[in-house]
Amino acid sequence: MAYSDKVLDHYQNPRNVGSLDKNAPDVGTGIVGAPECGDVMKLQIKVDDQGRIVDAKFKTYGCGSAIASSSLATEWLKGTTVDAAAQIKNTQIVEELSLPPVKIHCSVLAEDAIKAAIEDWRKKRSAQATPPEGHA
Amino acid sequence: MKTPIYLDYSATTPCDPRVVQRMLPFFADTFGNAASRSHAFGWTAEAAVEQARGEVAALIGAHPKEIIWTSGSTEANNLAIKGVAEMYRQKGNHLITAVTEHKAVLDPMKHLESQGFEVTWLPVDKLGHVDLDQLEAAITDRTILVSLMTANNEVGTLHPIHEIGALCKRKGTLFHSDATQAAGRFPLDVEAQHVDLLSLSAHKMYGPKGVGCLYVRRKNPRVRLVAQMDGGGHERGMRSGTLNVPGIVGMGEAARLAKAEMVRELPLLAALRDRLEARLLAALPDAVRNGDPAARLPHLANVSFPYVEGESLIMGIKELAVSSGSACTSASLEPSYVLKSLGLGDELAHSSIRFSLGRFTSEAEVDFATDRVVQEVKRLRSMSPLWEMVQEGIDLTQVRWTAH
Repeated sequence: MAYSDKVLDHYQNPRNVGSLDKNAPDVGTGIVGAPECGDVMKLQIKVDDQGRIVDAKFKTYGCGSAIASSSLATEWLKGTTVDAAAQIKNTQIVEELSLPPVKIHCSVLAEDAIKAAIEDWRKKRSAQATPPEGHA
Repeated sequence: MKTPIYLDYSATTPCDPRVVQRMLPFFADTFGNAASRSHAFGWTAEAAVEQARGEVAALIGAHPKEIIWTSGSTEANNLAIKGVAEMYRQKGNHLITAVTEHKAVLDPMKHLESQGFEVTWLPVDKLGHVDLDQLEAAITDRTILVSLMTANNEVGTLHPIHEIGALCKRKGTLFHSDATQAAGRFPLDVEAQHVDLLSLSAHKMYGPKGVGCLYVRRKNPRVRLVAQMDGGGHERGMRSGTLNVPGIVGMGEAARLAKAEMVRELPLLAALRDRLEARLLAALPDAVRNGDPAARLPHLANVSFPYVEGESLIMGIKELAVSSGSACTSASLEPSYVLKSLGLGDELAHSSIRFSLGRFTSEAEVDFATDRVVQEVKRLRSMSPLWEMVQEGIDLTQVRWTAH
């Protein structure tokens, strides 16, 4: 299959590969997918008191398009707010990477991973005794 | 070293230059129709076709008259399976095959099922073997054909076809074997191996694409077929159509070379394949070899690399032409049905690569290929969440995954 230049670039030079401390209170972790389906994405965000994503990391087991989708997602996440991140749609990833129809599920997985990471961070935050105000 | 390096000889082989040389005159100079009986153009073409028939017959220990030219193995398999089913329908309506056969056997069998035939689909063990007791028990007096491949195209496991052939003979049922992968890579002898129908393809043994043949036994027993292609009654009425003379000449020369060089070539191939496997396993001890480590073709290695996904691995080793056990590269996301039949989990099946070596593979190419694979597996593992979990001591089978 022919990959777009952007997919190849993210595959060869993935951005933000790595892990954040999943037990830290300001880190949200989303793990989506399943090995038997051929892709698993782990996406992590580190959020400051103002609800801004100051760091994002990923690790992905999957095809080149899955790796590229998650790498691109971390690029978009860094520097944005949690609220804005929650609005990211898989179709934006499809468009940016020119994914063919058989690879759309990779972008869906990336969107799911973003939502799961945000959800994890929100849960941790609401579990804290005195959460900062403003962006629950 | 010239890249990409071709390590996909089980998909197809290049034509041997000697094959091409033999074929060339038959395109424009000696272009006659082998069925033209009234002039020298036809006689020359016919003589060339008959010489090739003899060379292919010699490769498998058959009589030249038992070779029916086809367009390839897919057609040969269709002719064998559907042709026998239609011819022997009065005797019975039961056929037996195995789940790891090539689609060119499975799909004709499914077609027959839709026509009211009964098909037994034998399972295989983790090495890719059918249970011979189970095969024997499946044969009834309504069984008209057993079709089991000589060697598997994905993992290289060799069925004990001499035993299967002897069993079928004893039970009085016909035995067809798809020898597409085995030809030139394993000694074939239709007498010693008791094979009644055998499919071959030229392009898997350094001949051209678009030509193959079906061996059809003439005596003990005489096998009859209903033609699947009607027309001028060529090939003893079993396969009509003007013969592909250049292709057939090429297949004949390819068969002659295979027979002449097999003794020298097979140990060399096996040594290269063993070198490839040893280097991979030394650097990546948790890599898994698939198929039978003993009874197998000499040129093929199928290896799973846990915690990395096959398609992304292939993407990373673009200097190498290999096949993935995962069908992700096609529209389907299903991992290989052959590997799954061997009991591999979907995850390992997704992570597997088939390396197949050939006549023109060098030791330097094998070394370069293994270095690149090891390098890329390590890179992909460094970005694999599964690898990270395993390093943390997490049992992946106990994780609750979110299916999507």
